[in-house]
Amino acid sequence: MAKNKAKELQVSEKKELASPAEQTKAGLVFAPNVDIFETENEITLLADIPGVKPDDLNIDLKDNVLTLSGGIKNDETEAEKAIYAEYQTGSYYRQFSISELIDQSKIEAKVTDGVLRLALPKVEKAAPRKITVQAG
Amino acid sequence: MLYRTSFGVPAWRLRSPSGDLERMRNQLDSLLDAVSGEPGAAMGAGVFPAVNITETQDNYFVRAELPGIKHDDLQLDIKERTLTIAGERKIETESGEAKYHRKEREAGNFSRAIALPGEVDSGNVDARLAEGVLTVRIAKSEKVKPRQIAVH
Repeated sequence: MAKNKAKELQVSEKKELASPAEQTKAGLVFAPNVDIFETENEITLLADIPGVKPDDLNIDLKDNVLTLSGGIKNDETEAEKAIYAEYQTGSYYRQFSISELIDQSKIEAKVTDGVLRLALPKVEKAAPRKITVQAG
Repeated sequence: MLYRTSFGVPAWRLRSPSGDLERMRNQLDSLLDAVSGEPGAAMGAGVFPAVNITETQDNYFVRAELPGIKHDDLQLDIKERTLTIAGERKIETESGEAKYHRKEREAGNFSRAIALPGEVDSGNVDARLAEGVLTVRIAKSEKVKPRQIAVH
C-alpha cells in the first residue's frame, strides 16, 4: 500500500487579540494556537508560543479560569533595518475556563522548542466510603 | 525609504517610484484576495513559514517562527542568493483515549526558497534555532558592502 505523503503546512496569520487585558507595556498581543485534550485523569493543553522563554511565561489558574500569558523579547538589534516583514512579534495571551476541578499541586508545565505542554491532573474522585451500620 | 503600510498585513515597503496610488491599489487587491477566502493570499508569498528579513551593514538576517520543530527536522541550504528553509513539523500522537476539545495546531512538510536582496558570502552563514525561533545570519559579499569614501 502506498505510504501517505505528509501534507504541506499552510502559513496562517497570527491571531491578534482585539482587546487583551490591561498591558503594562505597549505592543501587540496574539492568541497562540492550542490543542486541548483530556483523558480520564488529566486535561492537557499544548500551545505554540515561539520566542517565549520559560521565565517570561505566566500560567495562572484561579476560579476555574486558566490564563496563559507570555512575553517576547524581540532580538533584533538597533543596527538592523527591516527589508521585508511578513509577521510581527508580540506577546501571547489566552484564557480558558476549565469545567473540571484540577489538583493544583500536581500541575506540570514544560516548554520545549517554543511549545508549552501543560498537564492539569483532575482531582481524584473520592473513593466511595462504605458506612457500616451497627446494630444496637 | 521605508514606511509602514496600514492596509492588509502591516509590513514595511520601500517607497516605489509609482507613488502612493499604486501602493494603495496593490494593498486593496491583496485585501480583496483575503476576503475571497484564499488562504495566505494576503500574507506575503503565502508559503510557510512567514519570514522577516533585516539587514545591517555586514549581514542579512532572516527570522522565522517555527514552534515545535527540532534541529533534526530542519534543513537549511544556501546557494548563490537563495536561502531555502525546509523541514517537517511533527505533532506527537497522544494516547488513544485522549478526547480532543480543540485542535488548532497543524503538522506537515514545508519548504520555502527566499531570494536575498544582494550578493552574499555563502561560506559565512550561521543559524540558530532557539525557543522555536530560527535566526539565520548571512554575511554580505565583500564587494557589495558599502564603502565609505573619505573627503579631503
